[in-house]
Amino acid sequence: MNVLQEVLQFIINALSLGGLYALMALGLVIVYGILRLVNFAYGELVMVAGYTLLMLGAGPIPWLIVAVISVGMAVLTSLLLERVAFRPVRQASATTMLITSFAVSALLQNAAILFVSPRAKAVVTPSFFTENFQVGNLLISKGNLASLVVSLLLLGLLTLFLRRTLLGIALRAAADDFVMTRLVGIRANQVIATAFAISGFLAGVVALFWIGRLGSVGPFVGSTPVLVAFVAAVVGGMESLTGAVIGGYLLGTLTVGLQLVLPQSLLDYRQAFVFAIVLLVLLFRPQGLVRGRAVTERV
Amino acid sequence: MLSVEDVHAGYGAIIALRGVSLHVNTGELVALVGANGAGKSTLMATIAGVLRPFRGQITFEGRSLLGLSPEEIVRQGIALVPEGRRIFPSLTVAENLRLGAATRRDPAGVQRDIEEMCTRFPILGKRFHQPGGTLSGGEQQQLAIARALMSRPRLLMMDEPSLGLSPILVDEVFAMITQLHASGVTVLLVEQNVERTLDIADRVYLLNTGRVECEGTPEQLRQQVDIVGAYLGDTQERS
Repeated sequence: MNVLQEVLQFIINALSLGGLYALMALGLVIVYGILRLVNFAYGELVMVAGYTLLMLGAGPIPWLIVAVISVGMAVLTSLLLERVAFRPVRQASATTMLITSFAVSALLQNAAILFVSPRAKAVVTPSFFTENFQVGNLLISKGNLASLVVSLLLLGLLTLFLRRTLLGIALRAAADDFVMTRLVGIRANQVIATAFAISGFLAGVVALFWIGRLGSVGPFVGSTPVLVAFVAAVVGGMESLTGAVIGGYLLGTLTVGLQLVLPQSLLDYRQAFVFAIVLLVLLFRPQGLVRGRAVTERV
Repeated sequence: MLSVEDVHAGYGAIIALRGVSLHVNTGELVALVGANGAGKSTLMATIAGVLRPFRGQITFEGRSLLGLSPEEIVRQGIALVPEGRRIFPSLTVAENLRLGAATRRDPAGVQRDIEEMCTRFPILGKRFHQPGGTLSGGEQQQLAIARALMSRPRLLMMDEPSLGLSPILVDEVFAMITQLHASGVTVLLVEQNVERTLDIADRVYLLNTGRVECEGTPEQLRQQVDIVGAYLGDTQERS
């Protein structure tokens, strides 16, 4: 392999993992921006989608349809959680909401332990995820390419939604000033439900690729995605959607890069190196790379 | 058009309004004046539905507003230009205006009104695709007023529209209010700038520590009380 190939390989892997991380972070930040809630039950949305894959995947239904249903289940669960768990505490302090999200997370994990199994179970994934194809001398994983393309596509669609539709503009406005958004006539429940639906949708799509990579699903399958999402969001700037995307791609690139440069004996400590770098970034930019709602006012 | 009767309201344990009654007739420009902490902004927030009164009645065109959420009250035909402007800083001028018309279902009419706002406030047309946060204070004030007008309100409530503006911009804002009023918009105006406000208002209410101290036409008010005394006297007590 020559250098050019190595570089191309690196770019594809970094964009693939980074795209996935960006989607995870966006799902978290889109709710945080409006409610100031870090929804730690976000990982369990990935889990719900994963168990749907597990239960329907072995049956006769084509994988693509199973995938759509799984994403749908994550959206429904997210909307349900908003309605029964978060709406009643919306007026309460940020701490109350945070603890509610921990409680919901623990509840769903334990439900999975109780009703399914405490151990991870193998999921039937299409062979697609483990196959490679060759371009010249370059070996490309189809799974990686798919997550790269899908994440870019979703980022594009989400941008269009947030810029071109009234509901999308209202979502961004609500992150700026929620009460004022209501004062112009946007219904609070509608905006918040939309944010949770998008969050669930992103968690569902992330689950398809995440569980496709892992090949199994267990009660704690969502803990890594939610951690990654949180770290990426903090690095990028918790109050900015752009920041979340940048943070996600940065974290993905770091992870893939360290895989490449670290000696074999240190590979197990890759995450430690990633977080050390994250720490370093935060020392210099505590508010994250992109600062949200910076109001520069000239009088 | 708007009638407020014996309204008591406040934030938690702090009571800011202790039985305020007032009314606004169609086509009028009614002003609320009074010192800081007199309850003017609280009254606006209560009418807009951000605060729920402990007691009292608020009706608009014969219908009670009590228990309605802010998003429902806009739909009744009341728009608020809030204290501090509160435009959406990360949204462009165009998006701010578009959101102002969030309650409307006539895209063609909304588009026409956006163009009209840009004619009425030329600076908004110039800054059309810039984020609201990059506008100057005076420009933001124009945007806040234009955004409120986009809902085609029958009653426009303005809270301290001249606050923090340079003297030239204050002139501009007052000219704008006069012009809006002349074009038939009913206005409820809260202002610190008492003299200027008395010049343009049809009727005035003077609020003091959560109560209406006196009301009347600007001439009546000027005769009834030594405005400057009541006004400055109160601030001196407080400082």
